[in-house]
Amino acid sequence: MTKGILINYDYCTGCHSCEVACKKHLGLPKGEFGIKLTETGPYEYAGKPAGPEHWEWTWLPVITKACDMCADRTEKGKMPMCVQHCQAWCMYYGDVAELAAKIDGKTRWALMATTA
Amino acid sequence: MVDYQGFLDSIDRKAYHEGEWQWEEDGYTVTRTYNYSAPGCHDSCGVLLYTKDGKLEKIEGDPLDPYANGKLCMRCLDMTEMVDSDKRLKYPMKRAGERGENKWERITWEEALDIVETYIKEEIDGKGLGREAILVGHGTGRNINWQVPFIAGACFRTANVGGIYFSGWWCYMPRVCGAAGPLGDYPIVDASETLPDRYANPEWKAPDVLAVWGNEPLKSNGDGYLGHWLNVCVQAGTKIISIDPVLTWWGARAEYWLRPHPGTDCCIALAWLNVIMEEDLIDHEFVENWCAYYDELKEHCKQFTPEWASEITGVPADDIVGSARLYANAERGAIQWGLVFDAGTSSAMHWTEAVCDLMAICGNIEKPGTHVLVHNSFDINAGYSSVDLYANPQALERKFRKWMIGDEGLDFVGMSNCDAMASVLEAGKIPVTGEDYPIKMFWAQSCNAFAGHEGAAARAYKYMSKIPFIVYADPMITPTMVAIADLILPVSMSVERDSARTWWTPLRAMKKVTSFYEAKSDEEIALWLGKRLNPELFVRWDSVEDFINDYLLTDLAVVGPDGKVKKANFSAATDEDWGHTSVSDGEGPSVTTKCPYTFDELVKVGGHAYDEWNATYNKHEKGLLRPDGQPGFNTPSGRIELVPTIFQAWGIPPYPIYTPAPETWQTTPEIMEELPFYMINGARSYEFFHTEHRMAPTMREFHPEPLVKVSPATAEKYDLQDGDWIWMENHEGRCRQMVKIFPGMPDDCVSAEHGWWKPEKEAAAPVFNDCFEYNVNNLTRNFQAGPGGIGSPIKCTRCRIYKYQEGDTPAGVQITELGGWRDDYEPMKP
Repeated sequence: MTKGILINYDYCTGCHSCEVACKKHLGLPKGEFGIKLTETGPYEYAGKPAGPEHWEWTWLPVITKACDMCADRTEKGKMPMCVQHCQAWCMYYGDVAELAAKIDGKTRWALMATTA
Repeated sequence: MVDYQGFLDSIDRKAYHEGEWQWEEDGYTVTRTYNYSAPGCHDSCGVLLYTKDGKLEKIEGDPLDPYANGKLCMRCLDMTEMVDSDKRLKYPMKRAGERGENKWERITWEEALDIVETYIKEEIDGKGLGREAILVGHGTGRNINWQVPFIAGACFRTANVGGIYFSGWWCYMPRVCGAAGPLGDYPIVDASETLPDRYANPEWKAPDVLAVWGNEPLKSNGDGYLGHWLNVCVQAGTKIISIDPVLTWWGARAEYWLRPHPGTDCCIALAWLNVIMEEDLIDHEFVENWCAYYDELKEHCKQFTPEWASEITGVPADDIVGSARLYANAERGAIQWGLVFDAGTSSAMHWTEAVCDLMAICGNIEKPGTHVLVHNSFDINAGYSSVDLYANPQALERKFRKWMIGDEGLDFVGMSNCDAMASVLEAGKIPVTGEDYPIKMFWAQSCNAFAGHEGAAARAYKYMSKIPFIVYADPMITPTMVAIADLILPVSMSVERDSARTWWTPLRAMKKVTSFYEAKSDEEIALWLGKRLNPELFVRWDSVEDFINDYLLTDLAVVGPDGKVKKANFSAATDEDWGHTSVSDGEGPSVTTKCPYTFDELVKVGGHAYDEWNATYNKHEKGLLRPDGQPGFNTPSGRIELVPTIFQAWGIPPYPIYTPAPETWQTTPEIMEELPFYMINGARSYEFFHTEHRMAPTMREFHPEPLVKVSPATAEKYDLQDGDWIWMENHEGRCRQMVKIFPGMPDDCVSAEHGWWKPEKEAAAPVFNDCFEYNVNNLTRNFQAGPGGIGSPIKCTRCRIYKYQEGDTPAGVQITELGGWRDDYEPMKP
């Protein structure tokens, strides 16, 4: 069963914990990442009234080629480093089919799987 | 949405060794414990420390810890870079050249103690001076709040602990004391943090509406409060009101984003009171049963119309009304307040009072998902007030107090008066009486003062440099110690130290897993000093473990010859006897705390213990808040005093009013023209805690330079690009930072970072690791507190900006070689 990481990125705060947790686990040097945040915004939607939909300021981590889904951790029953340390409680690890079932259409989600 | 029970159920508890505090795993010894800075922050999260051959190899968050659930921040995850940093101080050293030359000679701890003892005996005791001639300074957040005041009182016998140029205690004290007036206790937003089963507790509910006001809790985690707890609330449906001129994560997701001009927020609070009372949106039952002076408050607030507030704050009146209604109509409303209440206003006490009144009239106190009133777990309150218990009685009489600088009213803050401390230092005498008051020695533990909290940096350098004997104890070699210290002592980091601390709940233990050269822990330093300087007292403690157990089990109580027990209090003073300590008189404190564990036991149960008192809702109904055990609140009337009577004794008008910052469009339009920007300052980032972490390569990979945010319109007007350097300047001085163009910035504000220095640069004078070059405190002023002499309007400092040019005089040269920017400082005056 293919494993993946599901991100409920409406709630991502851009705190960088996933990036550093991963870097430390994989021992990656400066400039290399197993997971890397992207940042979109902040910008305003001219056509939308003031309120929670007016601004776009969104972070979404991208899983890189360096990621091995923390195979050595998950085989022992531990969480992948990024998921374990996600301060915003917005990352989940598991079988992709089960993760996909969590996507509820109410908030924004992204499901990522690697070649591992 | 977070399914917390699902999260708990999904953890493979065997994989994370539930029930064990230490085990072997893949060649590592793993220790389950807590970290408290250094390095760190205001919080203490559960960690799993992996050591091999006595060396820290890696760190993980502990998913079984209910405080942070394993969700460590990037700084803690980068712990090894700090522990192993080549900027750490390895041995005690004494100055070998002039101050500022960064030349040192290694000595032993024994020789260091000889130097300290000899100085005190010859230059203080031998010259007939009192121990008040010794000042003790400390940084913030660090797990030193019960150790350093204890060292001051018990070892040096002085009562003068605090921040010298920390004008008006511009962090936290205004909110703590401002809340004690109306509420009798301190409120924090209920994100289930007092409950061991957290978000799964059947009584807990998420707030319906959360106002995030004057802070970015995700980054700052101030006051022992993890900001990301509130993210869980948002996932559970909490709606957001953001009150901040600058866009934050909260503002971008808010129902209402209010952007008051810096320094004017108090008007929003007053106008919210007006709207909520005039429209009768209050919780009648709560007001009727539990509040006093409602009619008086309502009458007083008639003047604070939304239109009045709009004129001053720049926030549209409709938004003030709409947001007030949203807050008041919520079944559960909460207000997350932050440092701007202390450091961004001349109305600190009244703004705090007004916000407490908003909580109270809407019934948002002690109800799940609103605010809970909190104590330190198990009533272990040893802290800043402990100094009074141990200081020499004559030195305590000479503790820095309001009267020395002509302020009226009771000294309601337990720490030495910062403005009196700075004024006496500058004058060499008590300003109002002219009585001599020489300051001879400064002992600072874990505070990189010039890079950090000293306001008016050039002024602080000028006068602090004149103190004859200065000792710094710190884990790192800092530019402040290079600039002014004569003796420097290496301090252990959290992972190298046995310790324990309460800040609200739970009580946590830190277990030593490694050591670093000759560094001593703060507890070891207390015993090392005390055994020599005050041997009669220190027969009480033979070991660090004795000392920590005394903290846990007696709160470091003092039992007098008459059998009476004296202890430190947390709260603001409410009586003539300063009230920072409690004395048993039949109803006073017992010598033992309610802590069920010794240090060793606490470590072995997993390092934390929640207490039942904090985990109880509706404490006022259950008689848990008042010393007499009656229902009600811990105020003179037993009710929440919407107009707090105690303010009068503190020298503060009890009805809330707006006091403008020193510079506003209404009062000083010519300065506003000349200095066209508010320099909001102290913007936090995930990578750093105050002056910490600048030597950690991974943190600098993410955040290499000090950044000042400017709006796109400002960038266009001044021809600025991302990465350009600009000076921010006013009549006090200037500093430079790197431009980041940010669309969420008002056009009349810039937002600068604090705490910057570059460990990779020259440490000796005049560079001092560039700690002055980027220093926003080059522009701030002291002695501008509002009513009560507390709080400071430094986050609304005005400035002009212009591009940095190669060859411009560095700020370090200006301050240390050219006499700064001003030569006309007068004690007690800005």
